[in-house]
Order: sequence, then structure tokens, then C-alpha cells
Amino acid sequence: MGVATETKPMVINMGPQHPATHGVLRLVVELDGEVVRSVSPEIGYLHTGFEKSGESLRYQQACTLTDRMDYLSPHANNLAYVLAVEKLMGLEVPPRARLLRILFAELGRIASHLVWLGTHAMDIGAQGLFFYCFREREKILDMVEASAGVRLNPSYFRIGGVMRDVPEGFETMVREFVDELPQWMASYRALLDRNPIWRERLVGNAVIDAQTCARYGVTGPILRAAGVNRDLRKVSPYLGYETFEFDVPVFTHGDSYDRYQVRLAEMMESRRIVYQVLERLEPGPVAVDDWKVAPPPKEYLGRDMEALIHHFKLFTQGFHVPAGEAYAGVEGPRGEIGFYVVSDGGAKPYRFRPRTPSFFNLQALPTMTVGSLVADVITAIGSIDIVLGDVDR
Amino acid sequence: MAEGLEAFEGAGGASAALGGDAFFLTTLKTMVRWAERNSLWPATFGLACCAIEMMATAGLRFDISRFGAEVFRASPRQADLMIVSGRVSQKMAPVVRNVYDQMPHPKWVIAMGACASCGGIFDNYAIVQGVDRVVPVDVYVPGCPPTPDGLLYGIMKLQDKIRAGADRVFEERAV
Repeated sequence: MGVATETKPMVINMGPQHPATHGVLRLVVELDGEVVRSVSPEIGYLHTGFEKSGESLRYQQACTLTDRMDYLSPHANNLAYVLAVEKLMGLEVPPRARLLRILFAELGRIASHLVWLGTHAMDIGAQGLFFYCFREREKILDMVEASAGVRLNPSYFRIGGVMRDVPEGFETMVREFVDELPQWMASYRALLDRNPIWRERLVGNAVIDAQTCARYGVTGPILRAAGVNRDLRKVSPYLGYETFEFDVPVFTHGDSYDRYQVRLAEMMESRRIVYQVLERLEPGPVAVDDWKVAPPPKEYLGRDMEALIHHFKLFTQGFHVPAGEAYAGVEGPRGEIGFYVVSDGGAKPYRFRPRTPSFFNLQALPTMTVGSLVADVITAIGSIDIVLGDVDR
Repeated sequence: MAEGLEAFEGAGGASAALGGDAFFLTTLKTMVRWAERNSLWPATFGLACCAIEMMATAGLRFDISRFGAEVFRASPRQADLMIVSGRVSQKMAPVVRNVYDQMPHPKWVIAMGACASCGGIFDNYAIVQGVDRVVPVDVYVPGCPPTPDGLLYGIMKLQDKIRAGADRVFEERAV
């Protein structure tokens, strides 16, 4: 007679303090041996109350909140927000401002993907990639610092244009960076592409198909790795993306490895766009010529009373936005970042509602990982590329 | 601080010049503090934007290991420095305290950035207005987020504090 044994599932708790959850995500994982039976993400550990705070700040001020949601691609957040407000106000920004916005949106995409690659590879065990990726990212942060004065959270895009013009020598900086990019990409690929551990961990991991993506509202590289050619820059172009030549990388397997391929290919496409922007960039104003919306140039303040009054009014009372509602969505590094702004005609948004991609993408995690091994959950989290500020808001 | 330890800390050249018979006179307390401040092991505990700058500080350009603080430990039980890097939500506050409680003595806390120091721009229902309401803080680093240089300066300030600090190594502090 054998000994009667009983098998019980084990529930383990991952996070919120866990090195591989990319922030303060908590997962309650039910395991049968090493096989995952269920995963339930518990979010909210970084809930910041952005929506409520947005309602109590003036339109220009609320822009600073958007940086801090998806802090790896602040420019994309800024962009979605200012586009929504500009839609409400019927503003048309000058061409140079538009090009600078595209430039920073694309550089931001490269920077964000670099962080993703570094941390994802570190989760898998390739610590070196982290150092390489952060080394390259520093160069983009230098450009952000040169333009806006800070490295992270720049709020460089303002309603009506951008904060200020880029300094002298900026274009050389950008050009040097994009010239060197392929060389670095080649070294990342040399380290990873045919690395047996990397392939073993990523190929066939966390598979999701196009229908499931659609059901969960998953966008961005995850959707494109599942074979759907949907990129807002192509589907509903903004800022004149339709005049730029670039391809949308699409892969078919929907696994972590294809998501890796999509993101690496996207970085090279962003590079193409950056080159085209540099060609088109011409001197000119970087904000609308309306002191009611964009502040007057600093040098006017000392000698022009009218400018001083406008400056004072703008920064103490803001401006009124016509009543109505508007939604603007942009293709961020993680998917569709959208802002739904409702105005009641006042100086503050009546409703400030972000549509953040990580929140939707994270919901697909359980379907991706049930049935796989517990170590694969780590790979899946890395490959979804979540930012908890973006999830919890 | 004892004379001997300054030479000890300075460079290998000093001890070579002194020859094989050299010896130091110091107190155990000074010696322990010297070891503590040069091997601050932070807990891997990223919260928000500041965590990205904390990662950048560990990167090649800023190289936190110059200050002996590059050993990020995934388990708080192996760490003696908690860098609260980002906003602490009401939901997160008990977890922060829990992580702090799990760290062995002696331990120190750096509040990195405006949110961790005072709530920053988020003066609302969701964010704890300063992590010093939850855990005792040794050094506050301003900025939103602070630059990696700022964080390194904070770590150096903490080292100064450990060097000069009162004897509170095994002392439990109330919040």
C-alpha cells in the first residue's frame, strides 16, 4: 500500500518589492510544481491620482503631470496631451515646433526601447546589456537636457509649440548619435540574436495572438509582433507623420522573441525619421505667435509692458479653453497613449483622462503566462515592457 | 577620526612607505564606521521616475561603485541602505515600512526626490506627503527627479553623517 499523497497548488506572491517586476507590480501566482496555474496582477501600488490632480491644475501646468506617468517616454505623453488641448483650441503649431516634436518623440522611442532592452536582458541574466544600453541612453538624455534643462520629465512640448528652441550645435549632437546607432545595434544583436540562452528563454514565450490582443486592447510592439500592422503614425497620422518615409515592422509569432525583433527594428525606423527631420529642420518660430497661449520671448519682458502683462497673466491665470471635449492618441513606445480632455470653458481641465498603454498591455499577462513555467513569467513581464507609473497613474 | 585610518583610507602607497612593521591605533567604533560608510549596500527598491535615475547612477557614466554602493541587493535582509526613489502611495506605504523593518541594523534611508521628501507636486489623496511619515530619513535629495550627481552627493552626505554620527548603530529610532 502506497502512502496517500495530496497535491495542493502553491500560491506565491511576487512583488511589490521584487527586482524583476519593473517597479511596484504585485503578482499573485498560483503554481502547480513549477507550472503556472493562474496569475493575477494586483496594481495600484503607484497610484498617484493623476486624473484628480489634472483637474486642479491649469492647462499648461497639467502638462508636467503627463511626464511622470510614463517616465521612460515623457515626450510621447506630453505630445498626446498637448495635441488634445490644441485640438480643443484649434491651434496650429509652426512647422519647426512640429518637427522638433517629431524629433523628440522618436528619440524618446529609442531611449525607451534602450531601457527596455537593458532591463529585459538583465532579467534574463545578461547583465552587461544594461550597462551598454544605459551608456547609449545617456546621449539622448544629454539632448533632452540641452533642450529642456532636465534629463527626465522635461515637459518640453507646451500647448502651442515647444518650450524653447534647441541650442546651437544641437543638430550635430543628434546626427552623431544617429550615425553611431547602427554600430551599437549590431553589437546588441551580436550579443543576443543567436545567443542560445536568450533564444531559449524568449522563443515561444508568452505567446499572444491578434484576436486576444484586440480583446484586451493591447497595442504597440506586442500587437505588431502578433502580426497586426497597426501604428497610429500610419493609421491616423498626426504632426505630419504621413509625409515621412518609414516602415512599420511586423512579425507573426506573437512571442517574446518577436517583440524583441519588433522593438529593435523600430529603433532603426525611428533613426530614419530623425534623419528626415534633420533635413527638413529650418529656422523659425517654435511656438504660436499668440501671447495669450505661448509666453512672449524672454528678452521682451524688460522693455515691453504689454509683454510683461501677458507673461504675468499667462503664468498666474493661464488661458481659457473653449468648452468641449477632445481625444488625441499617439503611438508611444509601448502603444497607444491617448488623452481625453474635457473643458468647461475655464482655465483648468474639467476632465483629464489618460489612456495609458501599459495598463491594457498588462491585462494580457495572465493569458500569456498560464501554463508556462514560473521563470517564464519574469520573461513575459520584461517583454511586455510595462511602466508602473503608466499602469497605476 | 584616528590618524591611522586616514592613511589606511588614502592609498596603498602609504602603507608601502610605512613598511611591513607599520600599525594603526584606532577605536573599534571608528573602524566599524569606516567599513560601514564605504560599503553601503542599497536595497533594489525602485518606485517611480527617480528609480530610473537611480539605475542611471549605477550605469557606466556615473558609476556608483566609486562610492562602494553598487551592490544592489534584491533582498532587504542583505541591504543596509534604502533609497526611496519615487512617490510613495498610500497603498505602498505599509510595504515601504515592511521593507525597512526587514533590513538588518545598522541601516539608513535616503529620500530621493521631491515626492519621497515631501510629496512633491502630488499634493493629493493618493500620495504620502513625504516618506519620513513612514520611515526615518537620513538624507533628503531634492529634485524632480534628482540627477545622478545629486544622488551621489546624497550618498556622500550620508557617508559624512555615518563618519560623524552619534553612536546609534544598534539604536532603534521611533518615527
